[in-house]
Amino acid sequence: MHTFDLTLDRMTKVEGSAGLDIRVKDGRVEHVRFKITEYKRFFTKALEGKPLITLPQLLSRICGTCSNAHILASIEACEHALEIEPSAQTKILRDLTMDGLNIRDHALHLYLFSMPDIVGKDAFLDFDENDPWQHQMLHDGFEIKAVGNFLATLVAGRSVHAVYPVVGGFTHFPDEKGVGEAIAKLEAARPAVLRLIQVFKDCTFSFDRKTNFMALVPKDAYGFIEGCIITGNGECIEERDYRDHLERVVLPYSQASAYKHERESYMVGALARVNLAKHLLHPATVASLGATLDLFPSSDIFRTNLAQAIEILHCLDHALEILKTYAFKPEEVIKKPAREAIGIGVVEAPRGTLYHMYRVGSDGVVRQGEVIVPTGQNQINIEEDIFTLVQNLLPSMEKDQIQFEIEKLIRAYDPCMSCAAHFLKVKWQGVPR
Amino acid sequence: MDNEKIKIGWFSFSCCEDNTIVLTEIMNDHWQDWKKIFDFRHARVLKSKNILDELDVAFIEGAIASDEHAQKLRDIREKSKKLVAVGACAVIGMPAGQRNYFSEEQKQEIEFLIARFSALSKVLKVSDVVKVDAEIPGCPMEPKIFLEVVNKLVAELTNKAPALT
Repeated sequence: MHTFDLTLDRMTKVEGSAGLDIRVKDGRVEHVRFKITEYKRFFTKALEGKPLITLPQLLSRICGTCSNAHILASIEACEHALEIEPSAQTKILRDLTMDGLNIRDHALHLYLFSMPDIVGKDAFLDFDENDPWQHQMLHDGFEIKAVGNFLATLVAGRSVHAVYPVVGGFTHFPDEKGVGEAIAKLEAARPAVLRLIQVFKDCTFSFDRKTNFMALVPKDAYGFIEGCIITGNGECIEERDYRDHLERVVLPYSQASAYKHERESYMVGALARVNLAKHLLHPATVASLGATLDLFPSSDIFRTNLAQAIEILHCLDHALEILKTYAFKPEEVIKKPAREAIGIGVVEAPRGTLYHMYRVGSDGVVRQGEVIVPTGQNQINIEEDIFTLVQNLLPSMEKDQIQFEIEKLIRAYDPCMSCAAHFLKVKWQGVPR
Repeated sequence: MDNEKIKIGWFSFSCCEDNTIVLTEIMNDHWQDWKKIFDFRHARVLKSKNILDELDVAFIEGAIASDEHAQKLRDIREKSKKLVAVGACAVIGMPAGQRNYFSEEQKQEIEFLIARFSALSKVLKVSDVVKVDAEIPGCPMEPKIFLEVVNKLVAELTNKAPALT
């Protein structure tokens, strides 16, 4: 019978720093602790006393890879507090910013983090250029990432900590030459995205479990900014009511908060979005996917990878349609005087639903704020799944192999520890689990 | 063959890892060159089997938030010919070190968390802990400046003219 402690100080090929403690005694898992070990940088304390309109750029620094999602969630929260209704063009530019982010970020996860597990290599850069398929994947991966980066840079100024999106609009607008280049690059990358979808459709990794899914879903078309929060129970929660529905759970060994909904753990991210909103995907995406979409809704956690690949295609098709049909023109940034208010912004970041909430005074100075990130919401699911996975593997597998399988599963959740460790819990509550 | 390559380490401490993301974006255009000349011996974002033995260049992003961080950084310094601080948190300690500038009241409110996770009372920049050979500022770093520094280091380490543009 197995008896061992498995300690993983720092996981690899994930965003940020996470560790894991597992105790196995006489063939049974005694505990699993998925620990987010990033040091807190206290952003939700630091925002107190700052002018409201400075928050998007400050809170962008919570996380490099999700930065543009934080900026857009923060801008939305600020605009709700100031009663600013963004223009139609601003909304379109924000959608394009999200397209660029998802293309770049999902491609990083799928090629650099996940694909080495499929090929049996330690690193994406170790892929063999003399092997035609691996050669193709190397070129595809960097091409798709570059297209997302180009689109984000064209629309938002940078793909990390974007500088053009601000409260009330944008400060720069895509020029004709840049739009033309983006269209050519997006069209050229489309076959690579279709190959990527095939790779993850064919992937046999599986971990099936029943869970609840939650995502912000728009009414009319697939997107990442508008809509209400849909759960597996058919609820449609308005953004402003989110706090009544998420229950915080403190894990004393982790630098991050975890969350439950109606006393049950739930999952956010690309799998949740495709499960709940596949009928809203871009028509060109749906046409190319054919029967692949029948695999959803899926409760297999590894299908997150396929869902991300599908979202890359959607973002590419959506961006192409907009860039080919929309004429961008310079616009003034909308400004409104400060007022006492609570502003809430909710977006779908690449890894799932992201909430920003600020309480601001009539002087325009922030009194208090809260940020809830996707990985915090997935943390309980991740622990539960590792527990089950290890228990299932124990009779047949050695410790080293189990460790590899655990890392593989955690990567499928695409966790982001930089985000998860930002927050501050002032009052210690709850009993250690 | 790997013996001839320049041994690179990429390490992240307390930060948002934006420079890591920018690095992976710069790679979009340079991966074929880098595959030939660099041996990424320690880069957790890229691989699982990381080795910290002898490095030609160690890139450090992030600020130093704990004794464990400081110890690790000293260890990296000992094993590296060149050490480069990358991005604002490494170079000036901010914004990762924003709690250094909190009011007394704010500091009291976070004290129990500093204690629970054995964090340093004051967050440090990299040069507070070890000697730094080069700095690449920015939040995040500018790809152009990063490439200039890399080219210069490659030239120094190989005694050749810069090869990358």
